[in-house]
Amino acid sequence: MSALTAGSALAVVLPLILLFGFLLHQGASAVNVDFFTRLPKPVGEAGGGMANAIVGSLILIALAGALGLPLGILGGVYLTESRDRRLPWLIRFVADVLNGVPSIVIGIFAYTVVVLPMRRFSALAGGVALAVIMLPIVLRTTEEMMRLVPASLREAALALGLPEWKVILRVVLPTARAGIITGVMVAIARVAGETAPLLFTAFGNRFWHQRLDQPIAALPLQIFAYAIAPYDDWHRQAWAGALVLIALVFLVSLAARIATRGRYSAVR
Amino acid sequence: MTTAAASRSLSSAVVSARARRGWGDRLFRGLARGAALSLILLVTAMIIGMAGAAMPSFRAFGWRFLYTSTWDPVAETFGALPFVYGTLVSSLLALVIAVPLGLGAAIFLAELAPVWIRPPITFLVELVAAVPSVVFGLWGIFVLAPWLRNWVQPALGASLGFLPLFQGPPYGVGMLAAGIILAIMIVPFITAVSREVLLAVPNTQREAALGLGATRWETTRIAVLRYGKSGLIGAVLLGLGRALGETMAVTMVIGNRPEVAISLFAPGYTMASVIANEFTEATSDLYLGALIEIGLLLFAVTVIVNALARLLVWSVGGAVKQVRE
Amino acid sequence: MADGILVKDLNAWFGTLHVLRDIGLAIAPKAVTAIIGPSGCGKSTFIRCLNRMHEVVPSARVSGTVLVEGANLYAPGVDPVEVRRKIGMVFQRANPFPTMSAFDNVAAGLRLAGMRNRAVLNDAVERALTHAALWDEVKDRLDKPGSSLSGGQQQRLCIARALAVEPEVMLMDEPCSALDPIATAKIEELILELRKDLTIVIVTHNMQQAARVSEATGFFLLGELVEFGVTRELFTNPRDKRTEDYITGRFG
Repeated sequence: MSALTAGSALAVVLPLILLFGFLLHQGASAVNVDFFTRLPKPVGEAGGGMANAIVGSLILIALAGALGLPLGILGGVYLTESRDRRLPWLIRFVADVLNGVPSIVIGIFAYTVVVLPMRRFSALAGGVALAVIMLPIVLRTTEEMMRLVPASLREAALALGLPEWKVILRVVLPTARAGIITGVMVAIARVAGETAPLLFTAFGNRFWHQRLDQPIAALPLQIFAYAIAPYDDWHRQAWAGALVLIALVFLVSLAARIATRGRYSAVR
Repeated sequence: MTTAAASRSLSSAVVSARARRGWGDRLFRGLARGAALSLILLVTAMIIGMAGAAMPSFRAFGWRFLYTSTWDPVAETFGALPFVYGTLVSSLLALVIAVPLGLGAAIFLAELAPVWIRPPITFLVELVAAVPSVVFGLWGIFVLAPWLRNWVQPALGASLGFLPLFQGPPYGVGMLAAGIILAIMIVPFITAVSREVLLAVPNTQREAALGLGATRWETTRIAVLRYGKSGLIGAVLLGLGRALGETMAVTMVIGNRPEVAISLFAPGYTMASVIANEFTEATSDLYLGALIEIGLLLFAVTVIVNALARLLVWSVGGAVKQVRE
Repeated sequence: MADGILVKDLNAWFGTLHVLRDIGLAIAPKAVTAIIGPSGCGKSTFIRCLNRMHEVVPSARVSGTVLVEGANLYAPGVDPVEVRRKIGMVFQRANPFPTMSAFDNVAAGLRLAGMRNRAVLNDAVERALTHAALWDEVKDRLDKPGSSLSGGQQQRLCIARALAVEPEVMLMDEPCSALDPIATAKIEELILELRKDLTIVIVTHNMQQAARVSEATGFFLLGELVEFGVTRELFTNPRDKRTEDYITGRFG
């Protein structure tokens, strides 16, 4: 029986190894300086890169963070500090359910609230969609990490005569900082690879991005567009893009992992 | 100074200080509460916005939308049955593959594996969960589908071809490819949540079984799995929720043909895929409405599945952490 | 005008659990008052009512009057935050803020109350640490995390942190229960030193400690104040049978 379960565990991680092998094999040759610095070439011309898509992804992530992080962290603070019984339960539940809503549905939401009123696809709409995906993750991690802060610290600060909000901002949040950063990075890793909600919000763009109310390129969108196109050269670029994207996601995940390691030493 | 006068001056100082400080606390509390409430506002806006946009389609087709299978944008006739069917079949196929593997891996990681090997494997499982959908899709198109077309489907056709499930020409892309890619994507998720559930089973349960002379596997079976049963069902449901809404990888390997076919070799289409493919082409309100109605349906189904799953997972040791991606 | 602390009709609850019943006593200024009693008798709850920390716990309620320097802490409109600034508290376990250095820990109260002037902060920190008999031990390590100090030093750091905001009253909730005898002796010395300037209330389960450091002692049992009086008399000649049973070790 033990052997069977060990085999299952192997089967779960095997695709990762296969995937990584193929990515390196197919994509490494197309990851070069041009890839990071050039715009895509028109069909038929070899070469070019995904510089605009990489920058676009970074802009979208920053936009999502600017919208989603303050709300998520403040909401998490509310969940830990509130003495209310029912509302925190409801919010926790809604957050967990929202976390399971398909990202494409969140894309439709961003379409109805941003694209329709503005009458155009835009970076802003993409940012809103990604922010909605980040929100429940950041909210719940912030809550969990703040709960790990011992009550004695909170009491020590209160006994010094500090108002509650200063206790939270200057003592509790800094103590939980490492854990909250982890949550933020998990959220970033998640949205960095999101494609579906960007299809009809950020839309994609073959050129440099100009303004937040204009369509914007994103690495996952570009990979998708190139993968389903019938040109070998584009396929190579798609593999390269996937390699860069996955490296980005794994690096952020790894960083999150390392930050978590610090969390126990900080709290206990 | 008399005591009374001192008391009066002291308390008046206190009262005036309060006006300033209390203001900071109230503002902060208000902000935090507002942030939390924004979540509920968001979900409400989501439902209202989507319901509003789906209205033209709902008016035109009513419940017929769910059980008719004509999808003709030119004639503006829309029935979502092929997509509902494709979503259900690909997700069920994924569960059939992923549940035994995921539970097995979780049992290994939580109960049976040597302690030193647990953290690295757990981390690898987390990494599989972090692989973006579009990357799996890319791999599906160029690696999985050709492999299925050249090796797996001919072999299945030759051995099990008497079943209608395994008949027809081997395209590679199709329902089978979608089910496999979905299984790969949800299995780390099921593993992670199941592992958390198993870890939340109190040690006294294990000790009780061990005290009866049970082996480690027997302990797992009679004490741990039974105790964690509802949580494990929750984990499976969470996986199902993911599979139902998964978009990019499925879109890239399922073949995107709106037909109801019995064979797993045949191409299909899912609810999420049709939205991904056709949303930007939908020019009329009715066409867009039909797509958004599919989105609303997907939303409703995943909310129900997730809500059920959360309640089940929470029921086993309230401290089970929620697992993302 | 220093008239210490006057407690009248103090009752406290956790939810429906009535943990303090009709407590009334007068705590002398610039002296040490010890509160003793078996576990669960309400002694910790009692001193937490003296700086409005009891109500920090959800579902906790208080009624009654606590006059400090003649002003009622529980009068309507009194800000608990302001109360806690004037009344310092030291807890059972040393709880320095882990993200702050030793210096920042001591400066925390002043700084968070809005003090930015570096010279004033330096001065206040040195004074508080000296007062807490810790200055010589940590003056070269002020930038190290507070949690890097030994257990006894951490507790004295917490005392310094409370002293830095110059409170008039210091509440100590079993400050030595997690410390070894040597560290305990240092804290007791410090308490005897501090009472020159401060009104001190100390909760302890250690009767010898109460006898060593306090002028007055109150004995709590099952949420009631059984006996309150001059420490020497309470220990040598208790008026109540229950006090006698407790101090002679017959229960608790």
